[in-house]
This record gives sequence, C-alpha cells and structure tokens, in this order.
Amino acid sequence: MKKKMFRGKKYFIEALWEGLLKISGSVTSIIIILIIIFLFSEGMGLFKEKVVEDGYVVAVNSRNKIETLSSSQIKNIFDAKIVSWKKLGVNVSEDEIMVLRLDDVTNYATEEEIGENFENLPKIISKILEEHPNMIAFIPEQYTRKGFSAKVLHLGNIKVKDFLTGKEWFPTAQPAPQFGVLPIILGTLWVSLGAILIALPFGLAVAIYSAELASNRIHKILKPVIELLAGIPSVVYGFFGLVIIVPLIQKVFALPVGETALAGSIVLAIMALPTIITIAEDALRSTPRAMKEASLALGANKWQTILKVTIPYSISGITAGVVLGIGRAIGETMAVLMVTGNAAVIPHTLLEPVRTIPATIAAELGESAKGGAHYEALFVLGCILFIITLIINLIVEYVSSKNKNKIA
Amino acid sequence: MNYNKRKKVNQASAFWLFRIMSLIVVVILGCILGFIIINGFQAISWDFLTKIPEDGMTKGGIMPAILGTLYLTLGSMIFAFPIGVLSGIYLNEYGGKGWIVRLIRTMTNNLGAIPSIVFGLFGMSLFVNTLGFGDSILAGSLTLGLLVLPIVIRTTEEALKQIDDSYRIGSLALGATKLQTITKVVLPMAFPNIITGLILSIGRVSGETAPIMFTAVAYFLPKLPSSIFDQVMALPYHLYVISTSGTDIDASKTMAYGTAFVLVAIVLILNICANLLRRYFGNKVKTN
Repeated sequence: MKKKMFRGKKYFIEALWEGLLKISGSVTSIIIILIIIFLFSEGMGLFKEKVVEDGYVVAVNSRNKIETLSSSQIKNIFDAKIVSWKKLGVNVSEDEIMVLRLDDVTNYATEEEIGENFENLPKIISKILEEHPNMIAFIPEQYTRKGFSAKVLHLGNIKVKDFLTGKEWFPTAQPAPQFGVLPIILGTLWVSLGAILIALPFGLAVAIYSAELASNRIHKILKPVIELLAGIPSVVYGFFGLVIIVPLIQKVFALPVGETALAGSIVLAIMALPTIITIAEDALRSTPRAMKEASLALGANKWQTILKVTIPYSISGITAGVVLGIGRAIGETMAVLMVTGNAAVIPHTLLEPVRTIPATIAAELGESAKGGAHYEALFVLGCILFIITLIINLIVEYVSSKNKNKIA
Repeated sequence: MNYNKRKKVNQASAFWLFRIMSLIVVVILGCILGFIIINGFQAISWDFLTKIPEDGMTKGGIMPAILGTLYLTLGSMIFAFPIGVLSGIYLNEYGGKGWIVRLIRTMTNNLGAIPSIVFGLFGMSLFVNTLGFGDSILAGSLTLGLLVLPIVIRTTEEALKQIDDSYRIGSLALGATKLQTITKVVLPMAFPNIITGLILSIGRVSGETAPIMFTAVAYFLPKLPSSIFDQVMALPYHLYVISTSGTDIDASKTMAYGTAFVLVAIVLILNICANLLRRYFGNKVKTN
C-alpha cells in the first residue's frame, strides 16, 4: 500500500515536471508569434492613415476639377515645388497655385470677422476659396463642418506601394508627412554590403590561419580574444568609431563630415569579424582528417589541400557564417546610429551620410506620438527588418542542413 | 619555374598573406581594447564609480547608471534563466527527434537572430503600452530577458549534449526515473558548462542598448529608483547619450571614456570568470 502511494506520488511529480518543461519549451515559439502579432498590428495601422496629418483636410474652389492628390503632390504643392495646376492635370482659369494655411486667413479677414471662437471661420475660408479659383487650402477638419461650401478633396490612405518605393522620408513634414523607405532600405544594404566586403577577406584569412596554420599556443590566445571581442557592447564599438574612425575618414578623404556609410561599414566589419571567424573556423575544423591526409598523400602540399579539399568541404559552413554576419550587420543599431550621420537620402557613394532601418527606429521612436502615422511607420520598418532577418536565418538553416546531409 | 617550385612559392605567399591579415586584425582589435582601456583608466576613480552625474554629465560619476545596469541585468536573468534552462532540458532530454522539437529549435534560432531594436519595439508595444508597465525596470528587464532567452536555451542544450548517453542509461538501469536521472546525474555533470554559458550571456545583456532605449532608461534621473516600476539610467545608454547628444560633448569626453571602460571591464571580468570556472570544473571532472 505504502509502496503504491509512493509510486503514485512519483508519477505525479514526473508528469508535473514534464508539463513544466513542455511549457518552457514552447515559450520561444509563443514569443515569436507575439512579436509578429504586435509588430504587424501596430505597423499595419499606417496604411489606414490619411495621407495628410490627422484631423486636417485639403480644400479647393468648388469649380476646380481636381478630385484627389497623392501625398508627395501635396507636399510639393505646399513646398512650392509644384506651382502650376496644369502639372496636376487640371485647367484652372489662373494656372499658378495659391496656397492657404490657417495662419494666412488673417490676411483676408479681420479678427472680428472671424469671431471670438472662430465661429465664422468656415464661411470665411469658403469665401476666400470662391474668390480665388487657383487656391488650395490646408485646414483643420473642424472648420469644414458648418457653413462650409468649398470642395474638400477626397484623399486616399497611405499606400503600401508609395511606402516601399517612395524616395523621401520626412515623417514630420506638414501638411503631408512623407514615408518613403527606399533610401533607408538602400542605406541599410549599402552599409551592410560594405561591411561584409571588408570583413569577408579578413575573417576568412583569420579563420584559415587559426584552423590550419596557428600553433596550439597562438590558438589558445587567439580564441579567447575573439570571444571577448564578440562580447564587447555595440555602443562601445560605436563610441570607438565616433572618436577614431569618423575623424580619420574626414581627414583622409577631406570631407565636410566624417559620419559616412564608410565609417558605418568599417565599424560593422569589425563587429561582424568575430561571428565570421568563429563559424568559419568551426566549419574548417570539421573537415575529416582522412580527407586532408589523402590529399597530402597524393603529393599535394598544405596550401593545395586547403584550397582544393578543406575549403570546398566546409564551404556551406563558411557560407552560413558569412550570411549570419550579414544578418548581424543589417540588424545592428547603436554603432551605426552613432557613426553614419543618419541622413535619409539615397546614397550614391560610400562617402555620404546614410541612415539604416534600425538607426531610424532608434533615433525617431522616442519623438513619435504613440499611435500616430510616424509611430506606425517605424513599426512597419521593424516588420521589414524582422522579415529580412527571418529570411537570412532560413537561408542559414537551409545551408547548414545541406552540410549535415553531406556528412551523412 | 618548374611546377614544384611554383607550388612552394604559392603556398609560402598564401600563408604569409594569411599571417599578415591575421596580424592586422589582431592589431586593430588590440588597438580598440587598448584605446578604451588606456583612455578610460584615467577617468576611473572612486568618485567616478560612486557619485551621481553633475553639471550636465560633465562632472561627477556614473553610479546610477552602474546600478541601473545591475538591476536590469539581474531582472532579465531572473526571467530568462529558469525558463531557458528548463526549455533547454526539454529540447535535449524529452523532445526526441519529432517535428515539434524541430519547430521549437527553428523558432529558438529565429528568436536569437532577431535584431535587438525589434525587441525594443516589441517590448515597448507589449510591456510599456499594452500591459501598462510604463518605462520601467520591469519592462526593460522582461525585454532583455526575451533577447537573452535563446542564448540561455542554446547554452543549456549544448552543455547537455556533451554528457555521454551511457550515464543516462546507467542511471535508468539502476531504477531511477527520468526526473531523477536528470536532476541527480545529467544536470550536475552539465552544470559547469551551463554556468559558464550563463556568465557570458550576462555580459551580452549588460551591454545592450536598443532594447532598453524605449522600455526602461532615462537620460538623467536626479534620484535612484525605488521600485521596479521606476525608470533607471543604464551604462550603455549613458555612453550613447554623452558621446552623441550631451549638453557639452567635449567636456563630457572623459566621462564617456570612463563609461566605455566600465562596460568593457564588465565584459572582461565576466569572460575571465567564465574561463576560470571552465578550467576549475574541467580539472575537477577529470580527476573524478
């Protein structure tokens, strides 16, 4: 009887333990799902936002044939870059575009006419618009409700296509904020590509040296040093880049500012080195001894063996290391934020300031209003970053699984 | 030049190229470390480590930032260690080779590859806004915990993998249950490797900036936090702020060097600890 009870209790604890383990095991999957849900639900709100600032409308003379405007058109009109109605595809008796903002109303009417609580404002704005057939007004929606007779344009929502292909990133521009992520995505790719081009030859050289050439003693020093460098915080690398590399680049290339894509690439290359070295070295070391010895026995020397046997054998592992390094570089935030200058323009050379996806999020999230279009746009950037790293990780898994098959 | 000679020359030139490139890398890395350590060491004093910042971060010390980093690291570890270790045990000891384990492993790898700034976004959305923790030690710790979770899981799994199956079979053959086998045989043997891995992950957490930028830290706080719902200052963010957007960047340069030094020193000390432990336990296991 006693024995049976002991067994039952034991069984219960075992089952409890296993359940606990299962729950812990599923935590990572749950977190990933939560990340997807939260990132996308916050981000997708952007495409439900109007192209102009919340609570504002764009209005024109009621005989004006224009129906709708895109966000970049609105921005260019109010920046006086588009000055002719013909360019927008409509004929208006006076072709030159006149712009009316709320502040300008006092040029047309006295404060008494407007009224103490702005109660006459809708009528006055309508009247101004009627008198000027070539005028376009950007006004708060609240003044278009009572007694407003001018034509309010039906503006669409922010479109996915405009977001992905837009060349301008002015998230706080008035009246129409611009969310074109092309320069940011290109900036990210430029910096990461530059980093990997610098890191790859050096990383491979160190990996080959460490795996094949270095004596045991040197290897014992080299490995902890590489490990240590992998552990140094990115903000410290960024600080080093800021006080050493940035001024150096400014001096060498005689630039007005040293904060450039090149500075970002160099800092990222240094940071990606430990990843590439460690993984590539492990891959090189996994080559079976018999294979190398067979090559040597056939009369090949060490270099030929490395070139023709070791590297081809471990190429998938090396690739995995390089791809992981790229992933690291793309997602790196602080170091890049500190040294690349953060100008959201499409870069043409490595010697211009650029801005990357993570740096944009880090620099702007603090000043964006929660739930606003800017805030949501930054979450969409986070989604893009998430998808990029997911793809990179799947590539790594695919490449390494290929490696396993080969050994089997 | 005959074939054999060319072969020799090729090898020699290739090997020298590798040696030189490796040397360049080591020199660059040495320069970074040396630069931070030499410049930073001059800024270090007892006052620097124990006083609060004064005069717009140009004088005084960084004590609140050290304390904040300590709180955040500790908080994230309380969250991530138990779950991570249990999850690692599950993957290696209970999971088998089915699709569930493969899926969990893929998910864990994916989580480990997500950039830290995405964790920051997620932490802000979930902990700060949805759960209403606000910018606080709690929200920051949880976000950092999520970030370090995959590392803890992988470390545990690797450590368990190294234990030979014969120990498990022997224990089970003696009538022990699976739970007893794990707690009495497998875990004690894997313990040193798990601990060293965990120590290294502490270093990783203490230097992260992006995840805590929007979930926990403040630019400057006049008083120390009194509960887990308070904001804190943290070393990495402090370094970022005083080196890029402080009130007087040149005047706070010494402070920046000192902060960078403290950050590097934390990582250095943790690394040395891990290596010492590895050596200590390594010897112990052998003599047994």
